[in-house]
Amino acid sequence: MASGELPATRGHALLLLREMLRIRRFEEKTVELYSLGKIRGFLHLYIGEEAVAVGAMQALTPDDSIVATYREHGQALARGVPAGALMAELFGKANGCSRGRGGSMHVFDVSRRFYGGYAIVGGGLPVALGLALADKLQGHSRITACFFGDGAVAEGEFHESLNLAALWKLPVLFLCENNLYAMGTALIRHQSQTDIWRKAEAYAIPADAVDGMDVVAVEAAARRAAETVRRGNGPYLLEARTYRFRAHSMYDPELYRTKEEVERWKQRDPLVTFPAALRARRVLSEAELAAMEGAVATEVDAAVRFAEDGPWEPVEDLTKDVYTGA
Amino acid sequence: MKTTYREAVRAALREALQSDPRVFLMGEDVGRYGGAYACSKGLLEEFGPERVRDTPLSESTFVGAGIGAAIGGMRPIVEVMTVNFSLLALDQIVNNAATLRHMSGGQLSIPLVVRMATGGGRQLAAQHSHSLEGWYAHVPGIKVLTPATLEDARGMLPTALRDPDPVFIFEHALLYPMEGELDENIGPVDISHAVVRRAGRDVSLITFGGCLGKVLEAAETLAAQGINAEVIDVRVLRPLDTAAILTSIAKTHRAVIVDEAWRTGSFAAEISARIMERAFYELDAPVARVCSAEVPMPYPKHLEDAALPQVDTIAHTVLEMLKPHG
Ligand SMILES: Cc1ncc(C[n+]2csc(CCOP(=O)(O)OP(=O)(O)O)c2C)c(N)n1
Repeated sequence: MASGELPATRGHALLLLREMLRIRRFEEKTVELYSLGKIRGFLHLYIGEEAVAVGAMQALTPDDSIVATYREHGQALARGVPAGALMAELFGKANGCSRGRGGSMHVFDVSRRFYGGYAIVGGGLPVALGLALADKLQGHSRITACFFGDGAVAEGEFHESLNLAALWKLPVLFLCENNLYAMGTALIRHQSQTDIWRKAEAYAIPADAVDGMDVVAVEAAARRAAETVRRGNGPYLLEARTYRFRAHSMYDPELYRTKEEVERWKQRDPLVTFPAALRARRVLSEAELAAMEGAVATEVDAAVRFAEDGPWEPVEDLTKDVYTGA
Repeated sequence: MKTTYREAVRAALREALQSDPRVFLMGEDVGRYGGAYACSKGLLEEFGPERVRDTPLSESTFVGAGIGAAIGGMRPIVEVMTVNFSLLALDQIVNNAATLRHMSGGQLSIPLVVRMATGGGRQLAAQHSHSLEGWYAHVPGIKVLTPATLEDARGMLPTALRDPDPVFIFEHALLYPMEGELDENIGPVDISHAVVRRAGRDVSLITFGGCLGKVLEAAETLAAQGINAEVIDVRVLRPLDTAAILTSIAKTHRAVIVDEAWRTGSFAAEISARIMERAFYELDAPVARVCSAEVPMPYPKHLEDAALPQVDTIAHTVLEMLKPHG
């Protein structure tokens, strides 16, 4: 499937749209809750990048493992982490998916093989390698998908991990979400080679870049990439070119880029272009879109209630789970 | 059976590989080279390259991969050549190994064992000679062991492998050639208690790792002068067996702590503080410390000797303490 095409079935098209919408509306709600002080700490929004997580997740089975960054609400929701457990985590409540101990940046749901949630840039890559190594040694056929930003590419752990994954033919799908900025530092100011996918060549890893604003294209590329990894020949690097419409985090005054640039990228908002394409081909009616919006709003409201109603972890449990069984 | 510390470590590794298919060894030069300190000599031939894995010089990534593999159901033993190089893996150790269990709300266990050589005394100068195990003992979420005897070199590893949490084993590089008798049937040893290596009543000499031999020698020198020193081998820096130290102080009323690390912020400082907090009124003299001089380890032998705790300095410190004052 090339860019601009639609998915094979109407059902799948609607699923992609719904998943992207869930992430967008969930995060818009977190902005409100943040200003109310219900959510604290760093909050990194994924708004604008939804097509990457949703597209990529289609290529993964429930048996595959996922490692993400601190900007992981999108991956978590697309993976099936319940919106309530995620929202409760953002509130810091004990019914959060990490018992409220991790917050926005450390989402874990081991039952869904969602292995975090890493707030050290690049820190998740070696862990993803280890998960893949464990699978290989135990004869499991699953793969590990590792999400990271363009900023992570400057860290030594990125290069060490690519080298080792290729050397040991580990089943890792490296998914670089290139949103053109590492906090406020533009790609051209932090990378000597701005085509990130090309870096894979130095490690003899097959690689590709895809339009990260096009969910269908991301899905197709991720499927190809995941299939390559599943064949057992080692890792693959997929670079998704995307953009975040919001600030790096809630504290960011955004001095490093112009409003015009952001507006230009918003023309390519997957939550505008994709529904428009579906409507143009008469796959989606206004009424259906409205119904979908309604269902998503209901889910988000329920998630907020779940978080509001959740208990705080008792202080007596403060030092619980530093060590196993203690 | 006559054996060496190195052979005891090797026997422990061999048994671990034999008895549990989930165990594998990885690190720089553990395979074809046989281990920088020959601890894994012959294991590659016996167990093959899947289970005795040579890694590239990528400390952060192979330690991180150990974490991922542990999460993924394996029992990795990671060897870091020298404690100084482990600083390149500090991110994975402190930010991941130690924290993931707690941040995930107890969802993850990391049954990882990391071994490394530590300590000076071989004229290797400042980038190969430091004793940083006390730094690691600062970090909740990991366990820190310092085997000083053949029994501990042989028996701590199997216990560590049964532990569901990350365990770090620091082997003093000077101990590897140490010879002695070891019970052939020695099994796993306890990793939660300190041990009295020499009973005495006049002063408690508290130490661990590479200093134990020197401290025992100093105790003999003192005995010749009629001073009966008790020698406590702390063995486990985290979690620290404070009770054993206090019991000894209650008997001797004097404490000298011997630690090869720099005095400032050393583990000796932690032990001293605990004695102050819990046994101040038991003391007949201020707690004394024998630590390394506050210099990066020099290369020339006379300067290195001057920098490290020595039998003489230990004995001298005790004699000063026991001199009548006032
Ligand atoms: C090792 C490390 N250095 C610096 C930071 C601070 N920091 C947090 S996010 C970020 C930018 C990362 O950019 P990128 O990897 O492109 O991810 P994005 O935020 O764009 O998704 C920085 C510098 C950090 N968290 N970790």
